[in-house]
Amino acid sequence: MSTTVKAPKLKTSAMIASFADPGQKTSSAPFGHALVKAAEADPRIVGLTADLGKYTDMHIFAKAFPERFFQMGMAEQLLFGAAAGFAETGLVPFASTYSVFAARRAYDFLCLDIAEPNLNVNIVGALPGLTTGYGPSHQATEDMAIFRGMPNLTIVDPCDSVDIEQAVPQLAASDGPTYLRLLRGNVPRVLDEYDYTFELGRAKVLRGGNDVVFVSSGLMTMRALQAAEALAAHKVDVAVVHAPTIKPFDASTVLAELNTDRLAVTLENHSVVGGLFETVASAVVTAGLGKRVVPVALPDEFLDAGALPTLHERYGLSVQQIVAKVLAELG
Amino acid sequence: MGVTHSLETRKQHIGETAMERIERVGAAAHRIRHHALNMGEVQGQGYVGQALGAADMLAVAYADQLRYRANDPEWAGRDRFLLSTGHYAIGHYAALAEAGIIPVEELESYGSDDSRLPMSGMSTYTPGMEISGGSLGHGLAIAVGIALGLRHQGSSARVYNFLSDGELDEGSTWEAAMGAHHHQLGNLTAMVDINALQADGKTDTVLRTEPVTDKWEAFGWYAQRVDGNDVGALLAAFDNAAAQAAAVGRPSVVLCDTKVGRGVPLLEEREKAHFMRIEEHEWQLCRQQLTAGFNGKAQR
Repeated sequence: MSTTVKAPKLKTSAMIASFADPGQKTSSAPFGHALVKAAEADPRIVGLTADLGKYTDMHIFAKAFPERFFQMGMAEQLLFGAAAGFAETGLVPFASTYSVFAARRAYDFLCLDIAEPNLNVNIVGALPGLTTGYGPSHQATEDMAIFRGMPNLTIVDPCDSVDIEQAVPQLAASDGPTYLRLLRGNVPRVLDEYDYTFELGRAKVLRGGNDVVFVSSGLMTMRALQAAEALAAHKVDVAVVHAPTIKPFDASTVLAELNTDRLAVTLENHSVVGGLFETVASAVVTAGLGKRVVPVALPDEFLDAGALPTLHERYGLSVQQIVAKVLAELG
Repeated sequence: MGVTHSLETRKQHIGETAMERIERVGAAAHRIRHHALNMGEVQGQGYVGQALGAADMLAVAYADQLRYRANDPEWAGRDRFLLSTGHYAIGHYAALAEAGIIPVEELESYGSDDSRLPMSGMSTYTPGMEISGGSLGHGLAIAVGIALGLRHQGSSARVYNFLSDGELDEGSTWEAAMGAHHHQLGNLTAMVDINALQADGKTDTVLRTEPVTDKWEAFGWYAQRVDGNDVGALLAAFDNAAAQAAAVGRPSVVLCDTKVGRGVPLLEEREKAHFMRIEEHEWQLCRQQLTAGFNGKAQR
């Protein structure tokens, strides 16, 4: 007879709205508000969605600019084809859907209608990586792997609301197509604590450290900063480099940080295949650094459904798991 | 920023009779066919059958319906003609030459290295080519965005999307058809080449698309079905479509039944193929048959 008391199981629904930690400082719908602000300054901006306006924070824009918002229905091929058409007439569309649909379902339309003619269309994909507990139908764990092979496409993996707010006007201003891995709803506000501004195409050193260097993107930069704090208690000094633009990749900034004896770790909310880790690895090999790089990334598997804290712990994205991995590496 | 119709840019001639108009457009179609045969001979094979079949549709568009400036293909007020079927580029290049947008002499570079006229049409290569087709089922979706974008900016320009019955297999075509109706794109006209042939064989054996007219009507479009090799019938249908064109209204579709190889009996009678093989000695015969047929019709 077992006497073990079972911990209450977490519920998937509890974490749908946000992956913010309890009590963490957040901003509501930063993308929607940033798009409104950008659109006030740039009349070329229009918003499109494929029946996911409310779930990609596009509804904020739709409410502010109803005449500049176009609902394309649950039809992602039409969404991207039409976005290309809008751009052909000189407008600057932001087209939102879930990352799984952008990457898997309508790839050909993004590739040939938008990327090949190098149009200024900005794709906004919600639920990147493991930010939903709904399982593989909703978890875009390989979106960057799919998109990195597409010529002309700029890929941005923002950390928080600060990144998103600062990225949106830069995405609108840049000439070619972009893909933004959207964090939606109540999005943590982290980077305002650092001397940091988002610059498209640039990686930034957020903190220095003598023992370990983290290279991270997306929400994993938040976890990297938390893990760095936790590792300080173990007398491990960790530097954090935030690389929100995955392509084109700021290899020179990252390689300058990796060209030391420190333990190098990449951290990403994405499959270990084809994302930040392999981007960094190819830069390291190309430069002939001969440097070992340890990945913190999602496994090359279809992931389980469940509550996000459970899944982040299971697949190694939690602060606790990062700390354990680093300590094990350092022996 | 409303754009006015300009008689200089719209090739419909004042004062011509209905018969003169049909003859003028028919002559343009004849020249398009002739160009297509010449281009086909350069490659030794190709989508000549489709170009011959669609020549009347292309002639009605470029010699009669579209507003454009031949010396300024990017003119903001132009009507947009989107070739969704990239492999029909051979016919489209011939029409662009007929329209004066590209020089006739350039046609002989079709499909050659460094040519502006690749085998499958691409917007980045060719003046007057609005989109890169070829991956089928894209044109109508892009057309929806262009039509919305033009209307949003107050333009009265119209959008024409040329697609084929094979493309009706693609779900994206119907996504776009729904979107065009939902957004009441009265400035959008689709023209479907129904040659009943696709890559693997006859359309009704590959994937049955009939009843085509009923489908478009069910999707909320103003649908007309005509003999796509009858210039008079085509002109009447496009006039009908133009008469009800509006910034906000029903989108129009002209469903055109065409014959692969039309105008060249040798090819009309040959077993139909998506990619037609024509022997070296046959090209001159094709041209002779085309000319003889055209002259014979003109004499009647």
